Amino acid sequence: MLSPGRTVSSRLLRPASWLHVRLGSDRTLASAMQKELIKKKVLEKDELRPLYMDFQATTPMDPRVLDAMLPFQVNYYGNPHSRTHAYGWESESAMETARKQVADLIGADPREIIFTSGATESNNMAIKGVARFYQAKKRHVITTQIEHKCVLDSCRILESEGFSITYLPVQKNGLIDLELFEASIRPDTSLVSVMTVNNEIGVKQPIMEIGQICRSKGIFLHTDAAQAVGKIPINVSDWKIDLMSISAHKIYGPKGVGALYVRRRPRVRMEPLQSGGGQERGLRSGTVPTPLAVGMGAACSIAQKEMEYDHHRVSMLAHRLIQKIMSEIPDVIMNGDAEQRYPGCINLSFAYVEGESLLMALKDVALSSGSACTSASLEPSYVLRAIGADEDLAHSSIRFGIGRFTTEEEVDYTAEKCIQQVRRLREMSPLWEMVQEGIDLKSIKWTQH
Amino acid sequence: MAASTRLQVISLYRMMMRESQKFPSYNYRTYALRRVRDAFRANRKVDDPKAVQRLMMEGQQTLALIQRQASIGKMYQAQKIVVE
Repeated sequence: MLSPGRTVSSRLLRPASWLHVRLGSDRTLASAMQKELIKKKVLEKDELRPLYMDFQATTPMDPRVLDAMLPFQVNYYGNPHSRTHAYGWESESAMETARKQVADLIGADPREIIFTSGATESNNMAIKGVARFYQAKKRHVITTQIEHKCVLDSCRILESEGFSITYLPVQKNGLIDLELFEASIRPDTSLVSVMTVNNEIGVKQPIMEIGQICRSKGIFLHTDAAQAVGKIPINVSDWKIDLMSISAHKIYGPKGVGALYVRRRPRVRMEPLQSGGGQERGLRSGTVPTPLAVGMGAACSIAQKEMEYDHHRVSMLAHRLIQKIMSEIPDVIMNGDAEQRYPGCINLSFAYVEGESLLMALKDVALSSGSACTSASLEPSYVLRAIGADEDLAHSSIRFGIGRFTTEEEVDYTAEKCIQQVRRLREMSPLWEMVQEGIDLKSIKWTQH
Repeated sequence: MAASTRLQVISLYRMMMRESQKFPSYNYRTYALRRVRDAFRANRKVDDPKAVQRLMMEGQQTLALIQRQASIGKMYQAQKIVVE
């Protein structure tokens, strides 16, 4: 099963081709193979559920969030934009409270928060909206190679509209090089988009430094903070962020809602993507889903109160998992910077083991080899390629996501199973055998050409 | 802290732990137990009567929330997870 995956990935070696691959027919081929590999199966009634270790994909809703939402799913169903009756007023006031809760978490003004359907929409709005508004004078956008697909795809659309885009490479530790960043700024750069915490390797970019550079040059800074908000302290004023995407379901809130922070002073202007009734300052037409907005507000307010407690616990559990795995098995590489990171996202490469086989062997644990959006394909993660991971290591990586509801037992179980399965798979692997015999794998010529 | 308040605090703590135990979901249950215990521990040294009163109010509201959410959990129970 390895070789077709490799054919796909060899195309990735060509600069910038990694952006095209997903649209090609390779994707259908790869996902068909994936289906063969990991069979979808609905659990029987008496079967045990796998434990959940994929908190970067999504998080379970906090019972406190559901408790805040339910009244608006049951009795208070008014349209928050109705101005003529109590049904509208009560929904509106709940929506505004939620807006304030979101704003408080990031140190913003409630009027700067636009409710959207999620971080993907927020990212699309910010990137396309700002670039298009200023296109008469500025036609350059800077982003990085390890952004989320929706950012990269939005940039691709802009490219087809005649914009020029710089996809900044990152260093081996996953962080961007500030000097290189500064050097790639042009007089016609309108927007910079860098994610705060990466969804696959958990590295934390120096947003504050980037913000300072951008502000001094009059460039807008957008950051995709879906994986960062509520988990690490963020202040949009201190960090000089102009636009920020937030997602509710990554912070124990409901799925289907998110927000975009849009700075008022200095004002960021943007072209709306959606036309309609002019809700949300005309930037995002469409009725705000009150229950979801209320849930997002509650999730933000809980995240603010619990940030220290959660962070402490997540760090402790992450340390426990890494220690256990690393002390038992050799040749495990942790991807991404060791210091500048969010501890709840651990990306490990198990050398000489194929990631997908390990995932299959660990069917008792809900894990992922990367982002959920790309988990349908067998391509190695473009994020890992961008940090310069060897092809085989990029193929052998697994992401462990730890969150508010993770327990010590779950961490121990995962570590134990992982150690056991890696040992088993390595014993079967001819590569591992060769390494044990002292053969340098890099010296072997695998192909004729 | 007055002896009567002390008893009230202990009784609230016991009630909250007992109700948290009723979450059918393993992760919610363990979280509720852990969070209640840690919150009481963190506020152990509080002895300003007004602050104690405020915390007690908060606790009462959380207790009601736990009861509601544990009942909802029971209505839509799922399979147990592998570590249970």
